Amino acid sequence: MRETKLFAYVDKGTFVHRLSGLTKLVCFLLLTLATMFTFDIRVLGAMVVLSIAIAIISKLPFKRYRAFIAYILVFLLFNFCLNFLLAPDYGENLFGTRHELIVFTEFYTLTLEEIFYQLCKGVKFLVILPLGLLFFYTIHPSELASSLNGVKVPYKVCTVFSLALRYFPDIQRDYTNINLAQQARGIDTSKKAPLKNRILSFTKVLIPLVFSTLDRVDLISNAMELRGYGKDKTRTWYSFRKLERNDYIAIGVCILVFIFVLVMRFVVVKDLFWNPFI
Amino acid sequence: MNKKSFFGEFNVRMIVATALGAALFLVLFYFVKIPSPAPNTNIQIAYGIATFFGALFGPVSAFLVAFVGHAINDFIGGGLGGIWWSWVIASGIAGLISGFAYKNLDLEHGKKPGVMFFAWNIVAHAIAWLLVAPVLDIVMFAEPVETVFVQGIWSFIVDAASAVVVGYILCVAYAATRSGSKSLDKE
Amino acid sequence: MREPIIEFKDLTFRYDAQKNPTLKHIDLTINRGEKVLIVGLSGSGKSTLGNCLNGLIPFTYHGEMSGSIKIKGKETRESSIAELSKMIGTVLQDADGQFVGLNVGEDIAFALENDNVELDKMHKAVDEVAKLVDMQDYIEHSPMELSGGQKQRVALAGVLVDDVDILLFDEPLANLDPATGKTAIELIDDLQKKTDKTVIIIEHRLEDVLWRHVDRIVLIRDGEIILDDDPDKVLASDILLESGIREPLYVSAAKFAGVKITPDMHPSDIKRFTLSEDDKKKIFDWAKTHIETPVDDREILLKGEDLRFSYDGKKTIIDGVSFEVKKGEMFAIIGKNGAGKSTLSKLLVGFEKEESGKIYLEGRDIKDDTIYERGKEIGLVLQNPNQMICNTMIFDEVAYGLRNAHIDEDEIKERVEETLKICGLYEMRNWPISALSYGQKKRVTIASILVMRPKIIVLDEPTAGQDYRHYTEIMEFLEKLNNDGQTIIMITHDMHLMLEYCDRCFTLVDGKIYFEGRPSKALVDKEVTEKANLKMTSLYDLANIVKMDPDDFTQSYINAERSMRHAGN
Repeated sequence: MRETKLFAYVDKGTFVHRLSGLTKLVCFLLLTLATMFTFDIRVLGAMVVLSIAIAIISKLPFKRYRAFIAYILVFLLFNFCLNFLLAPDYGENLFGTRHELIVFTEFYTLTLEEIFYQLCKGVKFLVILPLGLLFFYTIHPSELASSLNGVKVPYKVCTVFSLALRYFPDIQRDYTNINLAQQARGIDTSKKAPLKNRILSFTKVLIPLVFSTLDRVDLISNAMELRGYGKDKTRTWYSFRKLERNDYIAIGVCILVFIFVLVMRFVVVKDLFWNPFI
Repeated sequence: MNKKSFFGEFNVRMIVATALGAALFLVLFYFVKIPSPAPNTNIQIAYGIATFFGALFGPVSAFLVAFVGHAINDFIGGGLGGIWWSWVIASGIAGLISGFAYKNLDLEHGKKPGVMFFAWNIVAHAIAWLLVAPVLDIVMFAEPVETVFVQGIWSFIVDAASAVVVGYILCVAYAATRSGSKSLDKE
Repeated sequence: MREPIIEFKDLTFRYDAQKNPTLKHIDLTINRGEKVLIVGLSGSGKSTLGNCLNGLIPFTYHGEMSGSIKIKGKETRESSIAELSKMIGTVLQDADGQFVGLNVGEDIAFALENDNVELDKMHKAVDEVAKLVDMQDYIEHSPMELSGGQKQRVALAGVLVDDVDILLFDEPLANLDPATGKTAIELIDDLQKKTDKTVIIIEHRLEDVLWRHVDRIVLIRDGEIILDDDPDKVLASDILLESGIREPLYVSAAKFAGVKITPDMHPSDIKRFTLSEDDKKKIFDWAKTHIETPVDDREILLKGEDLRFSYDGKKTIIDGVSFEVKKGEMFAIIGKNGAGKSTLSKLLVGFEKEESGKIYLEGRDIKDDTIYERGKEIGLVLQNPNQMICNTMIFDEVAYGLRNAHIDEDEIKERVEETLKICGLYEMRNWPISALSYGQKKRVTIASILVMRPKIIVLDEPTAGQDYRHYTEIMEFLEKLNNDGQTIIMITHDMHLMLEYCDRCFTLVDGKIYFEGRPSKALVDKEVTEKANLKMTSLYDLANIVKMDPDDFTQSYINAERSMRHAGN
């Protein structure tokens, strides 16, 4: 069977890898949440340095993710074009000044402010992207559910996560087989077929896939109930790693970063953007 | 004789079904990209799965199917390295609201979905892509209103269409398996 | 006298959705430390009986229940599934489906997690139980990396971790190959001896369970217990056969030969099976009259030449396979999990493309055919019919492949009706598929392939998980198609199937063909059976007892069995 390597997780034994999954989740949430609050390019710049530093510590194989980075650049470029097409004056409205660079027409003028705004956004992506890569590169999939439960997500919801991960490869395999078997009976979901036919043909793959998957529900829920699932208000997790000294240090650092960002945003700058133009 | 609760049952069977639904959503979201005429966007067949699970198990199930499916998709790299919470949350909301059709559906007895089914689905995707996702994008990335709404309108059209078409076909096929053996005579 | 641990008293149960009770007036007592085998066809009520024990009835499956079931003196309906699970551990049929953890350790720990057991204690308990079932080296493995037998060990560990008194196995052999099934039965037996647990096995593969001693056999038919006795006594009677349960091969061979089986001959155990000189002569003479090796001079239809394939360019899955399938043949591809059987079948139907080598159909190289073109010549029937069915009505489902080819509707109607007649579905052509049984659905999927008039149909495990009656129903249907000239290739690890129905087989071992020839030869060859995870048939032992060449003896048995089956039709 052709299998997709689902998880990037490789245990490299670094400081970050040895942390509990709960720590990784908490830190990831704190840091990404922090970036949501600010567009201050100085703060974001500092966070880029931080997240790249963590990436280096945990031996993130940047090369493997070159494609991702390229995609993101294309996405940013596309996003920039769309922005410029629809709202070329967005930057000047944000910062209240107008430094013209290239004038196409009165409306379509590329300003320094627009460039600066796009730059802030780009830097923000530079923070979020390594953090996301880091998270799914260093967390073991079986720790995900217990970590979510650790941040007080109800355990039944966590089970949805872990069961979905458990049965994903099975369903992927079924999907491949059903798709091929239906192609052998003459359905065409390739680009050659007209869009409408493609979607209708596709439902002929979906119906057996979805219904044969539903057939499993009874078996799995019986197997779980027969081993006592759902009887108590809480449960423990075999794959949970208890927090140790390093975990508290890591969480502590992230909390400090979080507070720093909030202070910068609401006490020092008191605005979303840091404005170099006035 | 409609004793169904608005939000659906929250028992072990529903949890398992929801998890399998999320896995299905994920497989389709991750692997099946039917290119749409516009650049950078694909028709996501997966929203039909959320709609179908909403019709069978209620809004909570549909929310989790779309939310967990989309979150894991981003988690395993389908989001190109990031977890794009604005879109993950919008997916969840789309699922949740489409599941509001649940209470008045009766697929178990072979009844096809009615007008309200379509209405809830369209409302669901309108709120998700014309309100939730753009607002979150504005908050998180300070995107100009025009850009997020152009993207939002497009997502709304294709996702609502796939949710309604695929979801409806699945619901009808399911109802057909439940219609029972009324008058089956050998001819 | 040992104390009773399970007591059924006049138990009757009717499912809410059904008109008639599934279990009727069951009286059954099982004592502590006993090992009991419950046999019966699907639909006889044997699984319902199991569900009454573990609490799925009445807590998950609702219905009307009268009479009483007590486990360790406690009425089950006053208990709960969770409480019952501390006394009785259930290992379900589908070892893959019930594996709910992301890896072995997690799955074994599942019951402990639900009990809120503290982490250190949990890890210690999991390690201990993993050792008990010999899985200690696989703690970190995901279910995708395990074989069927290993998954079953994990399932067993998952209930042992609770230190239950009773172990309930619901069709433990259904998804295992013969050799793994044998090991599973040994494991259960050793475990019971070590821990003195009470063991209940629900299974219809009688001969495989009897590989190790059981104390009693309980036979269920139509919801009633019609026999509850010592295995030797049960096998001496003809009641199993009448109830649709397959007897061990050596017993049916002896019965064919006209030997009168009595309990003191120990028919439940081939190692202790004693035959008088007179009986041996009877069997020898009977076998002699049936020896006749079929000659085969049919023309070659499909030919593979030095096929090679790998998924990733590194690990070779198919490693230089060459073979021939003759026109009108019923052919089996056998081999253990991961030997490359499914991959080879995918190459045949064009789902995957060989890296080198050639496939010829009637002498034509079919390399460049698309999946659809190939599908019209060599059709694949998936194991699970629900993975193929995509229409609501039978007629539409069978017509689907033709409609995709844009054939004119009149011709479609004609061809579909003709196919439905062949498949015995014509009278039901306007029914929804949901009204059909599993076996009938299987026939619909076969019909949906046949309608394309392929030269060959390939079936993946056509009888997996079916009891003897349904198995016979499917196989006799395939045999009829085959007699009408349809060439059939089957991927299977069912020894009975290949032995009784196939003309030829080859075994695939690590991507290479290890044996090619008549199945009767493969199944008496120690090396072939070992490499392919099969086991020697008990006919081999019987042949040694009566001093006859095992290959000849097996072939005679097959010939006799086939002629009896045809006389019966």
